[in-house]
Amino acid sequence: MSNRKIRILLAKPGLDGHDRGAKVLARAFRDAGFEVIYTGCHQTPEQIVGAALQEDVDMVGLSCLSGAHTYLYPRVAELLREQGADDITVVGGGIIPDKDFQPLYDAGLKALFTPGATLESICTWIQENIKPRD
Amino acid sequence: MFTPDVLEQSKTMRSKWEDEVKKIVAKKADQKPEWTTVSDLAIKRLYGPEDIRDMDFAKDISYPGQYPFLRGNQATGYRGKYWTFRMFAGMGSAEETNKRWHYLLNSGQTGLSTAFDFPTLMGYDTDSPKARGECGKCGVAIDSIEDFQKLIKDIPLDTISTSMTINPPATILWAMYCASAQMQGIGLDKINGTIQNDMLKEFIAQKTLMCPPEPSVKLISDTVEFGTKYVPGWNTISISGYHIREAGATAVQELAFTLRDGMEYVEDVIKRKGLHVDQFAPRLSFFFNAHIDFFEEIAKLRAARRIWAKAMRERYNSQDQRSWWMRFHTQTAGCSLTAQQPYNNVVRTAVEALAAVLGGTQSLHTNSLDEVLCLPSEHAVQIALRTQQIIAEETGVTNTIDPLAGSYFIESLTNEMEEKAWDYIHKIDDMGGMVAAIERGFPQMEISDAAYRFQRQIDAEEKIMIGVNKYNTDDVVEIPFVEIDDTVEREQLERLSDLKRRRDSRKVSECLKDIKSACEKGDNVMPYCIEAVKNYATVQEICDVYREVYGEYRDPGIY
Repeated sequence: MSNRKIRILLAKPGLDGHDRGAKVLARAFRDAGFEVIYTGCHQTPEQIVGAALQEDVDMVGLSCLSGAHTYLYPRVAELLREQGADDITVVGGGIIPDKDFQPLYDAGLKALFTPGATLESICTWIQENIKPRD
Repeated sequence: MFTPDVLEQSKTMRSKWEDEVKKIVAKKADQKPEWTTVSDLAIKRLYGPEDIRDMDFAKDISYPGQYPFLRGNQATGYRGKYWTFRMFAGMGSAEETNKRWHYLLNSGQTGLSTAFDFPTLMGYDTDSPKARGECGKCGVAIDSIEDFQKLIKDIPLDTISTSMTINPPATILWAMYCASAQMQGIGLDKINGTIQNDMLKEFIAQKTLMCPPEPSVKLISDTVEFGTKYVPGWNTISISGYHIREAGATAVQELAFTLRDGMEYVEDVIKRKGLHVDQFAPRLSFFFNAHIDFFEEIAKLRAARRIWAKAMRERYNSQDQRSWWMRFHTQTAGCSLTAQQPYNNVVRTAVEALAAVLGGTQSLHTNSLDEVLCLPSEHAVQIALRTQQIIAEETGVTNTIDPLAGSYFIESLTNEMEEKAWDYIHKIDDMGGMVAAIERGFPQMEISDAAYRFQRQIDAEEKIMIGVNKYNTDDVVEIPFVEIDDTVEREQLERLSDLKRRRDSRKVSECLKDIKSACEKGDNVMPYCIEAVKNYATVQEICDVYREVYGEYRDPGIY
């Protein structure tokens, strides 16, 4: 099992349709050798958690640019905990004001990637912090 | 364009110049090996007569107000009228947005443009579980005509033109506008404005989605037909390249996909509604992006006018000059702005706005420096509006029409963009049209390729964004941060539940049944929508009917 690739679910929670960042990341993850599942725009937190469990992923990456991250990101982490799947790492990206960082970390997000983060720096963070689960 | 003598002279002088360049470059290489536009189009060191020798003055360049309208639709240019200063605005509640609108009008703005929040854009009411956390965040929350009437309070509907960026629920928001006018005693023939109402680019780029492509186009054709008959001053579609570009498209892709979308609508209205092209084409409008690559944008906008004129005349046999005019709004590029060193965004926006004006735009939104981070503050919006006013009234660029015409470079680049756009258009024709191309993911993949290529170029520092991959600083620039707090959602929920208690719910159900039956029979939904909103049917209640009859479309997540 140690040869298993890192499996990532990329998801866009909420009604926001700005998917340029998520799609660019999906390609970068694929090129970095990760397995990527991208579920498209307009997913509810429940749908995202369902997909994460079904696809047996190691990490969920959330992207939202509407300002609703303060509700949606913690909700995904909360639902994963409720399902006993808090070993799945949750990270987020987007336009996230500094003051929202701590509440999001407190809610269970492990990392937040904001403007200026390069594709390489995000992939490196994943390689260093995510281990494929057995 | 040139006599053989001139071309011969140019050839001799050119070879002398080339020798000189070679000598200099041999000693000291250029700063970088390749010079390209932001869209990766290769640009030559110099352009000369030979680059435009095959142009035919009368056929390809001509005069403003004359076919092929390369130099503009209006014979008088900006001397008769500047472009419309139209700032996109919407935030929180209807009252708050109405306040911002009055602020903008008092600051010299000449047209209104509405930003709705995500639930409204997607056809959900504030009380939908899907709307949680989104109310008022990215625009104004509208559930019913009661909210709408607060939005337009003290706005003279017969003199101010209002644009509404609304797509899946366009029929409903337009119905609210029409109904409000009627309730104020203003005839539908007196109102002016635009609904974006362009679903094809939603599937390609912006992703506010509701029903599948085919019925989406049917609803759009309903609005075109209704507008043609009853609301002659309304632009029933704003065929939009803006979002296509923001999603990562190149300038050529923006140009080609937008114009091909326009052709798809023209063909559908002719086929489905049996209208003659000249009955409705004069009310089609367009919406482009003004990105940071100055000359590429000017060339793109000039090429757009020429392509549309040719398409209307040659492809659709239009006889009316007004159908040949491509009228368009422009917005500076949100995706060119940076969260880092945000004050630099003022400079970017000014350059982009200047390109839009030199490209002959008829309406313009300039982004505020803080729009990359949040909804714009009043102060930031004022700088953005003043940017347009400075260009119009101080810089002198409005003195003369299409001042870059005849430039070897601009004309050559304009021709190149047109050729490349036609290549795409013909490719999509061969696929069976835009709906078919979207269904096979063609434009989506082309844009996705371009977006990924660009990001990798940024990461590799092959393309430069100041403050992102060059001249970065660690200084944190604090700018005022406009935020919509959760009380907006709470208050909107109360208003909505109060309305649902007060209204005649039997009447609402009857209206919804009428809309359903119109959908099933293929009748025009507009008259039924107007009746429904007058009886306080909500945005979601009507959209749920559409979803029930036509089915729901889910983003396939193509990357």
